[in-house]
Amino acid sequence: MRQFFDDMHGTDGEVRAAYAEIATWLAQTPPHALNAKREEAERLFRRIGITFAVYTEGGDTERLIPFDIIPRVLDADEWAFLERGLKQRVTALNLFLADVYGAREIVRAGKLTNEHIDTHPAYCAQMQGVTPPGGVYTHISGIDLVRTGANEFYVLEDNCRTPSGVSYMLENRSVMMRLFPELFARISVEPVARYPQDLLRTLRSVAPSSGEDPCVVVLTPGQFNSAYYEHSFLADEMGVELVEGIDLVVRDKKVFMRTTGGLKRVHVIYRRIDDDFLDPMVFRPDSTLGAFGLMEAYRAGNVALANAPGAGIADDKAIYMHVPEMIRFYLGEEPILNNVPTWDCANEGALAYVLDHLEELVVKETRGSGGYGMLVGPHATKTMRDDFAKKLRLNPAGYVAQPTLALSTCPTFVADGAAPRHVDLRPFVLSGADGIRIVPGGLTRVALTDGSLVVNSSQGGGTKDTWVLHTRQNGGK
Amino acid sequence: MLARAAESLFWLARYMERMDNLARLIEAAQSMAGVLSETEEWRSALAAAGVDELYDTVYDTVSPDSAARFLCTGPDNSSAIIACLDLARINARAMRGALTRDMWEAVNQGWLESRHLTERAFSAETLPDTLDWVRTISTRFSGAYETTMLRNENYWFIRLGTFLERADNTARILDVKYHLLLPQESSGVGGMLDYYQWTSVLRAVSAVRAYQWVYREEVKPWNVAELLMLRPEMPRSLRACYDAITECLEKIAAIHGGRRGECHRIAGAQASQLRYGRIGDIFQSGLHEHLTEQIERAAELGDQIAAHYMR
Repeated sequence: MRQFFDDMHGTDGEVRAAYAEIATWLAQTPPHALNAKREEAERLFRRIGITFAVYTEGGDTERLIPFDIIPRVLDADEWAFLERGLKQRVTALNLFLADVYGAREIVRAGKLTNEHIDTHPAYCAQMQGVTPPGGVYTHISGIDLVRTGANEFYVLEDNCRTPSGVSYMLENRSVMMRLFPELFARISVEPVARYPQDLLRTLRSVAPSSGEDPCVVVLTPGQFNSAYYEHSFLADEMGVELVEGIDLVVRDKKVFMRTTGGLKRVHVIYRRIDDDFLDPMVFRPDSTLGAFGLMEAYRAGNVALANAPGAGIADDKAIYMHVPEMIRFYLGEEPILNNVPTWDCANEGALAYVLDHLEELVVKETRGSGGYGMLVGPHATKTMRDDFAKKLRLNPAGYVAQPTLALSTCPTFVADGAAPRHVDLRPFVLSGADGIRIVPGGLTRVALTDGSLVVNSSQGGGTKDTWVLHTRQNGGK
Repeated sequence: MLARAAESLFWLARYMERMDNLARLIEAAQSMAGVLSETEEWRSALAAAGVDELYDTVYDTVSPDSAARFLCTGPDNSSAIIACLDLARINARAMRGALTRDMWEAVNQGWLESRHLTERAFSAETLPDTLDWVRTISTRFSGAYETTMLRNENYWFIRLGTFLERADNTARILDVKYHLLLPQESSGVGGMLDYYQWTSVLRAVSAVRAYQWVYREEVKPWNVAELLMLRPEMPRSLRACYDAITECLEKIAAIHGGRRGECHRIAGAQASQLRYGRIGDIFQSGLHEHLTEQIERAAELGDQIAAHYMR
């Protein structure tokens, strides 16, 4: 049996200081009372309408992401460490993007090749030579972290193309506060509710100067998109319009929205549609989700897009390996947060190693997301591994491999009471022309199946509220 | 505000109001069971809902059970109560951010509950409870928007949808029922049967008590028509609806610096006609003709509002 670090019990079974109050609460609350709270939570989520569409399921396309009522806790020191690391990493990612679409110093320094960049599927040629306002490319970044020990955190992946999940971070907190006010009275938890205001400030900071009060909008593909709830939630919380492509029109390289009073100028678009759909004039001609001429307006500096087109090149799984090097190169600092060791299957030696060690590795598509198309070696059957090996040999450059990390667990309320389940953490990092903002916490995702390491909601994962303690808790260890 | 948002809110309110009117219509038809020809009563309900021809393509005969089911759940009836609720939620969801949480919960909660309704919910004995439930949803919705919405453009478009739909429904109910009742008028005004019939019109617009308070005499056809058309204190009368419609349109015009269009002209003309009209004159020139024109004008007004604000 492999030993996992448990967020609450560490490795020796003793309750860690940050969880002292939670442990008491769990010990004093009978299971049926917890179960009643769990049911109440589910009713609340349904009533608010926080649902998530899952593409592969037929019938009811609106499904609830399971919510676990036991919070995941980080103490103030742990968070301070993560925050420093996240700021450093996202600063480097933005500098990397500015370099990729600008001078290409990193190529001159021999760390990457031009070919590497130019042939990359997420590279956006339209962006070459364009400097977005404030030099910011990835305004909203979701950095997926995992924990393997008391002081061991790893970055699993970076998400620089419209990462989602922040609405769950916010709604999870508001549901927890409603269900367990007494816990919040006893434990001093850093609030997360300022996120929408931070986001709006960040977006306004990159508005082109036009003399007008900048108009910010959220661009959604529409109500049948899986993350539609989040789009409308964020627009509402920020107090800005939620627009669809049909609401936008470009005139004289300026973007407008159709309103009841005629056309109104738009300065910043927080777009929740992919690059390919932004502008049928330069990208997919069949797209109706974006606006014709949007890129021309963007290149003319008349509108800001968050995140910038082409920002995805920074979060690719093959580029990921180079992030520690980027941090040294652009910032002259040692990386604070570790990368997971990664084998790039495009490399022949690495491919041979990966094929030999499939049963202990996780193999991911470099372009995949949402947990689709990946192999978790230790949990796969021999047939699955053999089939995967065939795919791998056919297109080695399409895959990277990582060791299966001993992801930490956190007590989770399941059918037979509280039991350890594996978790990860996605904090949301906001980068504006005026600096970086991070709300303490993030989205904790939990693999609800015993032993499972896949936390993605599309694969049956759930979420937890994430508590960052305001001050260090005394006592314990 | 986004043109598309105005359209979604306007239709959200219309579907919620339509659903409420359908419930009243069905209640009125059901309460008349045993008093006069059930077939006629239900046929008039189908006609007032504008689905009588559609009904005939699905069923051979009119029975209370099949008519009530058709008005509640279809099949193939896109104006049935449940279909209205679905459409209301689609519009609400499209403009989720423009709704207050209370409004959204009123729509969403109703929609969630509707998914658990069984066949039995529409059988004769449980139908009254189901219709009560329908009216609770729309009442919760209008209560939610009246008490929680900012008085901004969103609010005026919601209200505009509510009152335009209500005007249309009142005109339809009066027209259909009046048509049905007309032949009996010669058999003596004031008879028991006649009394029940006119009461059924009042019941369909929840105005039985209101009638007594306003007229303090037995139910008479011209009084009923006057109450539903010209009386400003009757909340479902055409006059009250058009007063509200012109108010909404004026508020919206003021937000846009006084810019007005054809929709303002139509609404204003309708409102003043109702304000200065007399029921005697309307009967003289033909109530049916007058109501038909009202229904057509309401449709035209809807088109012109869309042309002016929603494109």
